[in-house]
Amino acid sequence: MTELIASTANLPAAGEIEPLTPEERAEIEHEISHYPNRQAATIEALKIVQKYQRWVSDGKVKAIAEVLDISPDAVDAVATFYNRIYRQPVGQKVLAICDSVSCWLLGCTELMDHASRSLDIEPGETSSDGRFTLLPTPCLGACDRAPVMKFEDKLITNLTAETLDWILKS
Amino acid sequence: MATIEVDGTSYEVDGDRNLLDACLGLGLDLPYFCWHPTLGSVGSCRQCAVRVYANAEDTRGRLVMSCMTPVTDGQRLSIRDPESQAFRDKSIEVTMANHPHDCPVCEEGGECHLQDMTIMSRHTERRYRGLKKTYTNQYLGPCISHEMNRCIACYRCVRFYNDYAGGKDLAVLASKENVYFGRHEDGCLESGFSGNLVEVCPTGVFTDKTLSRSYNRKWDLQSAPSICSSCSLGCNISPGERQGRIKRIVNRYHHDINGYFICDRGRFGYDYTNADQRIQHCSIRQSADVTEEAPDYRDAINAIAVELAGAATGGNLIAIGSDRLSVEANFALQTLVDEDNFYSGMDPVQHQLLQSVLGIYRRPGIHAPTLREIESADAVLILGEDLVNSAPRMALSVRQATRNLSFELARKSQIPLWQDTSVRNLAQDRRSPLMILSVAGTDLDAIASLRLSAAADDIARLGFAVARCLSDRAPAVPNLSPDLESTAAGIADCLLRAKNPVIISGTSCNTPSVVESAAQVAMALSLAKSNGQIRPSWLSYVLPAANSLGLAMLQEGNDDNHLERAMQRVLANPGQCTALILQNDLYARAEPSRVDAFFGNLKSCIVLDQQPNRTTDRANILVPTQTDFETEGTLVNNEGRAQRYFEVFATDNPSLRDNWKTIANMAKAWVNPGTGQGLPESLLALARCENFDDLIALLKNRGGLFGHWDRAAPNAAFRIAGLKIPRMPHRYSGRTSLRANIRVAEAKQPEDRDSPLGFTMEGAPINIPGALTPGFWSPGWNSGESLNKFQDEINGHLKGGDPGLRLLQSPAATDMSAATSSDWFSVPAATPTAANGRLLAVSLPRLFDGEVLSALSPALAQRAELPQLEIHPETAAAVGLVEGHIATIRLESCQLKLPLRFNPRVASGLVAVPADVKTAGILPPVLLPAAVTIE
Repeated sequence: MTELIASTANLPAAGEIEPLTPEERAEIEHEISHYPNRQAATIEALKIVQKYQRWVSDGKVKAIAEVLDISPDAVDAVATFYNRIYRQPVGQKVLAICDSVSCWLLGCTELMDHASRSLDIEPGETSSDGRFTLLPTPCLGACDRAPVMKFEDKLITNLTAETLDWILKS
Repeated sequence: MATIEVDGTSYEVDGDRNLLDACLGLGLDLPYFCWHPTLGSVGSCRQCAVRVYANAEDTRGRLVMSCMTPVTDGQRLSIRDPESQAFRDKSIEVTMANHPHDCPVCEEGGECHLQDMTIMSRHTERRYRGLKKTYTNQYLGPCISHEMNRCIACYRCVRFYNDYAGGKDLAVLASKENVYFGRHEDGCLESGFSGNLVEVCPTGVFTDKTLSRSYNRKWDLQSAPSICSSCSLGCNISPGERQGRIKRIVNRYHHDINGYFICDRGRFGYDYTNADQRIQHCSIRQSADVTEEAPDYRDAINAIAVELAGAATGGNLIAIGSDRLSVEANFALQTLVDEDNFYSGMDPVQHQLLQSVLGIYRRPGIHAPTLREIESADAVLILGEDLVNSAPRMALSVRQATRNLSFELARKSQIPLWQDTSVRNLAQDRRSPLMILSVAGTDLDAIASLRLSAAADDIARLGFAVARCLSDRAPAVPNLSPDLESTAAGIADCLLRAKNPVIISGTSCNTPSVVESAAQVAMALSLAKSNGQIRPSWLSYVLPAANSLGLAMLQEGNDDNHLERAMQRVLANPGQCTALILQNDLYARAEPSRVDAFFGNLKSCIVLDQQPNRTTDRANILVPTQTDFETEGTLVNNEGRAQRYFEVFATDNPSLRDNWKTIANMAKAWVNPGTGQGLPESLLALARCENFDDLIALLKNRGGLFGHWDRAAPNAAFRIAGLKIPRMPHRYSGRTSLRANIRVAEAKQPEDRDSPLGFTMEGAPINIPGALTPGFWSPGWNSGESLNKFQDEINGHLKGGDPGLRLLQSPAATDMSAATSSDWFSVPAATPTAANGRLLAVSLPRLFDGEVLSALSPALAQRAELPQLEIHPETAAAVGLVEGHIATIRLESCQLKLPLRFNPRVASGLVAVPADVKTAGILPPVLLPAAVTIE
């Protein structure tokens, strides 16, 4: 049965925008000034928001889109492309263990299992106490010192189970 | 041209193409996914591998992706060699690893390019036993379903939606094996071209939600060649029917018009034909409160004939035609009542605008371009049209036209034009000039090199100033600001420098000066560009309805027989006249109070219509009419091309006859009772029309523009090897049992005496003329991509000929220097600035709910924005209005209340009124532009 002229649109409401903080906005505007068009600052804008929020929410994606004058879809396409832009909340510290070929040859699979067991989570999850998020990552460019792990902004080389234990307990 | 050798056979091919394009154009079978004839090559799917050999001695060769390899003269290649076959087989095996095994429940099944290519690549056994990737699907609105699990990551969707159609809300999310094609959150796809995703996607990720409500496979749908009637462009479509309901519409390729794509209004706007509210039976109102419902069709026609004969003897018979219906239906009505008593049903301004357009199109120095030609333009000037809303498919063509600069740059850098990514990267944001003068901004403004909002007369004045800059024989524009003088000079310069400039205007502003200024620019441009030999300028007008130009042609030279004249005649003879109204709700055509007076003063009112409306409420005798899917006819589009559409299916309602046939039946009933004496011969001839071709012959007799009317499409006697052309695919299932619940014996297939098409599966499967091709299918090619097999080259003409007949050819080269001052249009005065709280109200066309019939489709109605009045913030401040408040605008006889929205693109001093069908019911757009009070 076809009912003619459906009443007004009853499409799902879109999520709310989460406004940028003054600091975020100022830093993003500063980045934009370096480029010929606003869109070029997308990656920097995402990094700035993540620096303050530790992750980038749907609402912040919209706010970034607004300041860059592009669609939220265009921002999200960039945000989801990079695995180090977090689109979900992460723990206080992020462990990113390299799983590319050199690290794999030198045992990163066992290290990942070890971290996984110790934290009682799967890769991609955050520990129940909210302290650690465990992620795999592609090559970090330090194959001569494999296996390696990025721990927040520090590179841990020649990673061992002992080093992992020490980090997780500290 | 270049010669290539494919598997030992030599072929002549176009040297500017890639190997895949060339091979497909030769009719060879070579699988592909990511390549698309209009989107070019990106080489992402790795499916079109072939082996090419370095020279005649080379026996090893190497595998290349044919879509990324240019044709070179003397090239040798092999599609059939075992290694490239094995490569394609393995490539598709990897592609299929994550593709679900859901073909039986997938709506793409049976017309799936992925299915076809899998079989073509001979990948018949699945070895992968692991888990497949699964995704969460999104809600994408009432028109499109989303099933990401089926995605093979060919990137066609985003390349069409964003790169080609300028969409902003579809993205490639995530990366590598997690890649996801969707929106940043659930929500309706915003682009008015989103429906093309259904056809662009090679598998079932994006499917037609309006089809899935009551689903049938492609092979179970009956189709006929049809023409979209929801705007004036005349896109070719292929509607699919099953059990008396239109189930969906797909694009039907026309080289010169729609090409591969149509708009969402055309694709999803068909539901009015399935509506429960359709008028199904005749009714006769004996007195004010007694209505005889559902009298026999014959009785109703006889009753009408009595009325007609009575009124005609007193000279009190009038008829009102419709610019939405076919030339034939209007012609039959015009013949029935005689030319003098036939009125267009348009208000005087629109009626005269269309006569003016027809006259301009027939001038020397003017050429009405096809959409394909508009796409090739390297400078576009738009005067007063919001194309995205008034002629959506043309907006898509204009968008492509702005890319011609990038093709120019690519040619200079020797980059093949099909190298899509390289060409786009090279051009970045650089585009060919697009100059838009509009009343309230348009969606194309974002890619325009010049955008300017102004009142219609001011747009026209700028146009006239451009004409003056191009030729000092054109009249000068008095009192133009220096700013506008220099803008005009800039536009003129841009048009002069372009190789193929195009000027676009239309009737949306409902303002003669706008239409005339566009013609002035075109004429001046022809003069400026002529050096001895005149070169016609491209000038395209967007018109109000599907057959506006056809109706104007039927009344050519008659500036008078419009709706207002009909009303005057009725009001001058109160209680005397009988009116016959053909599918035209007069309440959307004139001031409602005046229409009331018109009906109040009629003796009798006979209405033929398909949907109930305020006009059908006033009918004494009401006869149902068929929709364009149920009858045949010819529409004349905005470039003057007569295109025939055919009955998609035969209705079994005995009261529903072809519209022209019902009118011919009236003539028959009028003539029959021996009252034939003294009746005009044309009426007697109409009464003798037994089938459509008889009527065509009558129309052809009119000569002039109609002199070759029979050439618009082959007639009913046309056969291929003695056979008709089948409407049903040869795999149409259940024919013998479809009606088993009513009667076990198989019903006789309906006969079609009006066309060379049959309501059957049997008939000629090949060599079908373009105008008679119901849809596309070829062995091994079940999807729409089978179109490749029907074209003389990829993206070329249909082998069966481009459908339709161009009626308006530019007159042979005339010496334009003979143009006299009387050939120039005169310049209007500037629009006075708003005073005393009065503003100029203008009408804005609407994509989803701006056309009377398509707006009835629920899928489109849901997508329409709420109607709002739009106003520039400064104008609002000047008259003391606040955003969001309900504002009331008042004309002499109507008032309208709508929420107010601020839009800085609306020209100052204006208030923009949406032309959606609901608002139009209160304030008909034909009353605008007009000075209004607002509070």
